[in-house]
Amino acid sequence: MIKALGYFSELIRGSIITTRHFVVNMYFHTLKLFRIKAQRKGAVTTQYPEERVEIAHRHRSLHRLMKREDGKPRCVVCMLCATVCPSECIYVEAAEDPDPEVQKYPSTFTIDLTRCCFCGFCVEACPEDAIRMDTNEVEIAEYSREDLIYDLDKLTR
Amino acid sequence: MIDILIVLIKIVFAMMWFLILALYLTWAERKESAVMQDRIGANRANIWKFRAIGLFQPFADAIKMFFKEDFTPVFSKRFIHNLAPFLSFFFVLVTIAVIPFGDVLRLGEREIKLQVLDINVGLLFILAMLSMSIYGVILSGWASNSRWTLLGGLRGAAQLVSYEVALGLSLIGLIMVFPSLTLSNLVHFQGELLFGWLPKWGIILQPLGFIIFLFAAVAESERVPFDLPEGESEIIGFYTEYSGLKWGLYMFTDFMKVLIVACLLTTLFFGGWQVPWLYADGFHFPWGGQWLLPHGIVVAFQVLAFNLKVFFFCWFQILVRWTYPRFRYDQLMDLGWKVLIPLSLLNIVATAILMSL
Ligand code: SF4
Ligand code: SF4
Repeated sequence: MIKALGYFSELIRGSIITTRHFVVNMYFHTLKLFRIKAQRKGAVTTQYPEERVEIAHRHRSLHRLMKREDGKPRCVVCMLCATVCPSECIYVEAAEDPDPEVQKYPSTFTIDLTRCCFCGFCVEACPEDAIRMDTNEVEIAEYSREDLIYDLDKLTR
Repeated sequence: MIDILIVLIKIVFAMMWFLILALYLTWAERKESAVMQDRIGANRANIWKFRAIGLFQPFADAIKMFFKEDFTPVFSKRFIHNLAPFLSFFFVLVTIAVIPFGDVLRLGEREIKLQVLDINVGLLFILAMLSMSIYGVILSGWASNSRWTLLGGLRGAAQLVSYEVALGLSLIGLIMVFPSLTLSNLVHFQGELLFGWLPKWGIILQPLGFIIFLFAAVAESERVPFDLPEGESEIIGFYTEYSGLKWGLYMFTDFMKVLIVACLLTTLFFGGWQVPWLYADGFHFPWGGQWLLPHGIVVAFQVLAFNLKVFFFCWFQILVRWTYPRFRYDQLMDLGWKVLIPLSLLNIVATAILMSL
């Protein structure tokens, strides 16, 4: 009984907190409704498709393959990224390049984004700086899984 | 003939008021919880890009519910399974019949009571109908023929039955003070003044009774601090096997219960349609001033006051729902049997002693 009365005061304290949030936020919502400038918005959330938060500089977004000056991919098929990838979602196949300085170029390079966990290890591993995750593209959803398997054309775009 | 027509119009008005407000309570709940949690809340439903702060959301929900598959498990007892949601919906819906929305409205010679049915056991009628709606809970748990829903249904029944006791006992003190079970009389009594200036509302005469009733009534509406029967977030409750519109009916019944609890709190403890110091011919202030008003405006004031009080209590119940975590089952039973019932008995005794002084 005594314990219950102790809880009762806590109940009142809790409801005072939520009521304070309600009243303060309603005050700012009302100010906005009448187009009066206020020091903050009524909500802390961002209305996503219309408003966007700026993506941080080091955010790991969709991959891209870098190119040489002549437009060929920089990748030399050392397989380091495919080896380090924890999700095993990179598949690279080599072909011989006529240039003796280059020797190998990727004939296929696919990243299965349905499995990728965006850890960024592939970027860290690459000795040629051939793969980067700086496109700032984060809306990668598709209607079918096949569309999420990115091949060489899509990656060098 | 005209009398029957008036009754029909009253029924339609009361039902529309009840159902539309219950529908918009879903919107209010989303918005209020959002504002309390520094969010914005449902605002995407639109008609031709016209959003109107999410006011179309209830209709979008209704359309979604219509097109969902109405699935009845093969192992269920089909007839009772279909009947149960309608039972609980119906018994909550009829309670609106005895709620007084205002005093009499005089149109020419005719006096119209702003209440569908003024029976002399109005209070008992509401309590009885609310207990009848427990059958919907038990039957749905049993008819689904699955162990979890059965457990949910029984848990719900146990909770509702034990809080029913506290609910009934907390009102005894009120009935002793205002010796009547007719809701319109109860409201009339609350129009009198104490010491010449304090409105004689139920909360002033029965503060302890009010608190017990508040707890028990919120428990009756099966919402979050007391939502053990359904446990919508993790444990499985009595309407697990329901889908589509029948599930929607249960959800809707919940909101109707919120509304009826708000109506009861208003009518019993906050003077119903009474505005302090407003009499049939206008305001008579205790410090001597008066402000006479025509009959129509007085009635409008009363109906408005009733609605505002009901809105306040709806707001309050949503606040409660989004503030507190759920009780553990033994805590719930402790609160019901070891705190609320002894307190309400104490309230009865104290009221009796004070009245006999
Ligand atoms: S980001 Fe991680 S998971 Fe994705 S391809 Fe690179 S190494 Fe694999
Ligand atoms: S680590 Fe770099 S160079 Fe090596 S295969 Fe991967 S992308 Fe090509």
